[in-house]
Amino acid sequence: MDGTLSYRWSCRMGVCGSCGMMVNGTPKLTCAAFLRDYYPQEIRVEPLVNFPIIRDLVIDMTDFMEKLKSVKPWIIRKEEKPVSEGEYLQTPAELEAFHQFTQCINCMLCYAACPVYGLEPKFLGPAAIALGYRYNMDSRDQGKDQREIIGNHDGIWDCTFVGECSVVCPKHVDPAAAIQRSKVDVTKNWFQSILMPWGQR
Amino acid sequence: MATEKTIEPLWWGLFSAGGVVAAFLVPIHIILVGFAVPLGWTTDTGALYRIWWVKLYLFVLIVLPLYHWAHRFYFTLNDMGLKPISKLLAVLCYGGAIVGTFVTAWILLKI
Amino acid sequence: MSAVRPDPSKLYHRKMPATWWLTNRSYFLFMLRELSSVFIAVQIYQLSNGPDAYVAFTQKLSSPGWILFHLVALLFALYHSFTWFQSSAVVLPLRIGERSISRPIVTALHVGAWVMVSLIVLVLFLALKS
Repeated sequence: MDGTLSYRWSCRMGVCGSCGMMVNGTPKLTCAAFLRDYYPQEIRVEPLVNFPIIRDLVIDMTDFMEKLKSVKPWIIRKEEKPVSEGEYLQTPAELEAFHQFTQCINCMLCYAACPVYGLEPKFLGPAAIALGYRYNMDSRDQGKDQREIIGNHDGIWDCTFVGECSVVCPKHVDPAAAIQRSKVDVTKNWFQSILMPWGQR
Repeated sequence: MATEKTIEPLWWGLFSAGGVVAAFLVPIHIILVGFAVPLGWTTDTGALYRIWWVKLYLFVLIVLPLYHWAHRFYFTLNDMGLKPISKLLAVLCYGGAIVGTFVTAWILLKI
Repeated sequence: MSAVRPDPSKLYHRKMPATWWLTNRSYFLFMLRELSSVFIAVQIYQLSNGPDAYVAFTQKLSSPGWILFHLVALLFALYHSFTWFQSSAVVLPLRIGERSISRPIVTALHVGAWVMVSLIVLVLFLALKS
């Protein structure tokens, strides 16, 4: 075997998100793709599609990292609570509203599965939008109006709900659901601002 | 980052409304118009369509799915490689739906 | 350690073929779902022209060609309806109190509502037509 073959891997247990590749045309975490499940069929391993290739099976993730940052993935408060007032409390229901979307391991399989991202590299993409949605749905966050990139062109509006992102996600984050629910949210706000402009927040 | 005001929520809102109307109402109407009346399972002189609220119902039934089609077809054509002419496609699809809205209203008022 | 950013112009970019939607069963079914909207549009226009020369038009509609067209249109319409109800379950999470309702059940509820709406339309049509 060629000892110079380059590829990324780390935890070997599906939590680090390093080892994403195309296995027989499907984006998979290769640490979760066992030879015994494919043998005796031929196994074809390719670098994750829709990303520029640096070398062998290693792809360039710069665009992905920029997009994650662009949704401002941190709690934004209008006014910070002083430490003396204690921690932010959340009910189990408030946690459930966004918990699923916190499970993303940034493995980029969803970007490889998304034909829209393949056709339009400017598309914000499943993981980034799901991440933005995670913060918008967090009861501690007050920064939805600072994540307008989600509701802009090349945000949610490029998505046509193919749904493949959620199919391939190894952590069941369901980015497709996050995107469609964001569409409902943005559309509701848009119609409200047009039909009832006096009620602006 | 500058925020661009996009009108996309309008089209998506119409697309969704049209999708709901199409999903719930189109199958039964295809059965009525395409099979029940032509094959003689029931009769229909068309007098029904002169009632004002029936016209209103028909308007909603016909026009909203047009916007559903327009939005989906626009994106589908883009995805199939016609992105370079996407502005023209937008005019043809959404413009087509808008023209269809006026034509439908005109026809219904004429009945 | 500062990462060395690769120069994008030196990287190999694979292009996506225009036939991307033929390579994968899920993508293909997605395309079919999207194209079903064309049939809805055509059917709607038949409806909108109907009331004008109605009886003559319904005669025309009994020809084998039109019956076949409507059969295909009905199949696409049903495919649209069913995929729409499945999508609705994803887009609009329903809950009773604190518990969310599972997606297959939400889809089934939509189908049930669709059956009822169709029956109501049918009954109204038969009652009001002359």
